[in-house]
Amino acid sequence: MGGYAAYIWPSYGFTALVLVALLISAWRTMRVRESEVERLRGLGADPRRRDGTSKDAV
Amino acid sequence: MHRFANPTRFLRLANAVLPWLGGLTAILFGVGLYQALVISPADYQQGETVRIMYVHVPAAWAALAGYASLAIASFTFLVWRHPLADLAARAASPIGAGFTAIALVTGALWGQPMWGTWWVWDARLTSVLILFFLYLGHMALVNAFDDSDRGGRAGAVLALVGVVNLPIIKFSVDWWNTLHQPASVLRMGGPKIAGEMMTPLMMMAGAYFALFGVLMILRIRSLLAARRLRQLRLAVQEI
Amino acid sequence: MGRFWAIMSRDLTLARRQGADLAMTVSFFVVVVVLFPLGLGPTPGQLAEIAPAVLWVTALLAAMLSFDRLFQQDSEDGGLDQLALSGLPLSVVALAKALAHWLTTGLPMIVLAPVLAITLNLDGDAYWALILGFILGTPIVSLFGTVGAALVVGARRAGVLVALIVLPLTIPVLIFGTLAIDAAANGLSIRVHLLMLAAILAAAIPLAPMAAGAALRQALE
Repeated sequence: MGGYAAYIWPSYGFTALVLVALLISAWRTMRVRESEVERLRGLGADPRRRDGTSKDAV
Repeated sequence: MHRFANPTRFLRLANAVLPWLGGLTAILFGVGLYQALVISPADYQQGETVRIMYVHVPAAWAALAGYASLAIASFTFLVWRHPLADLAARAASPIGAGFTAIALVTGALWGQPMWGTWWVWDARLTSVLILFFLYLGHMALVNAFDDSDRGGRAGAVLALVGVVNLPIIKFSVDWWNTLHQPASVLRMGGPKIAGEMMTPLMMMAGAYFALFGVLMILRIRSLLAARRLRQLRLAVQEI
Repeated sequence: MGRFWAIMSRDLTLARRQGADLAMTVSFFVVVVVLFPLGLGPTPGQLAEIAPAVLWVTALLAAMLSFDRLFQQDSEDGGLDQLALSGLPLSVVALAKALAHWLTTGLPMIVLAPVLAITLNLDGDAYWALILGFILGTPIVSLFGTVGAALVVGARRAGVLVALIVLPLTIPVLIFGTLAIDAAANGLSIRVHLLMLAAILAAAIPLAPMAAGAALRQALE
């Protein structure tokens, strides 16, 4: 790397670190929340199933 | 616009797109990195350090594009009251902050060997730092209210106020004398950059933007789930 | 126009009655500036060098202390709804509030800054740049702060939040304000820097109240 490895690899490393962290955190938050939604719906707490008039259809 | 404002329709579309976009991201990163680190030549002036460009420049573009999409989503939310636009704005700011952080850190790592300093307080670097602070302020503001809708609206107004910063960032290298080199791709009179460097740069830019899309879908899905959770918790309490 | 002055004079009366609030902001400015010579030790050259930055940064921080209260009380006691119903555009309400804020915090700081500059051994040629810079810069800070204050109405930890939002926006003011003083101390022209401040002020006078008005409208919904 022409003597500049000490600058080039940290830039690629930092970039990878941030991008992977963004991806993992977005993925995990989504999985945790969606499985919690499933769990609560299993408890029969779905307002749509009870009255069928919920405005917010997800 | 209204067709996409419906969360069910959005989810169906987003889930159909997600695997393809994810695959595209992986391919573009694979090819782009190979081109950037192996195929592309060293610059005749900057030597091997030019390889930092392939992670730095697309990050800066994505940081700006992220703010533009944050502002567009905020505008849409304020004017048409699409709930999905609010979620898009909330989803965009942490991603934009991440890209801005990459641009700032890789810029410092490029500046040290090229300019002999990690950081200069010139217009370009300062305005990008302000962009980073704007993202942080937006993230803090949208989450600072007990009523989440109020947070979304306040955040939208702040996002639009911060738009002033975008032209300053773009043109700071032309308006003020600075160490930062002027634009060489998005400039009047066409790009001024060698083809063998343009290809990896565009590959990496494509990879960043595809990843941006993937992250947006994931974050909007998790925000939709969070909203659903609030409703369900209320319903559970009623039972 | 009458209602504009009414809002402003109401805020001024409130500030006078609750004199402690105003005194606190101004005292904060004085106390923090005086901390620097004590912390640095009595090296005159060093002090004079950092004087512009100390004065401007401290003025910004002191202003930040006062913004979270700008609309908070009105929002809690329903006064904000009254103002919205007064028929006056909310942007004009915001402008009146910003003017009242500047008169109660900006103006005292303009008067105090040269006095404090003496304790920092500021270069004799730089006083005009300091005073003119403060005259042009403090209204900008009040206007930007009004936007921030309108955004955080009803937020948790509004005080910290308003500083986090507004301080980045005031960076240009800080830059040109200190550049003007530095230029004057080095015998250079201060015209460009003051013109930049004047340009920002000219843009902020119509735009900041519009943004603050929009933020207030969102807060009232």
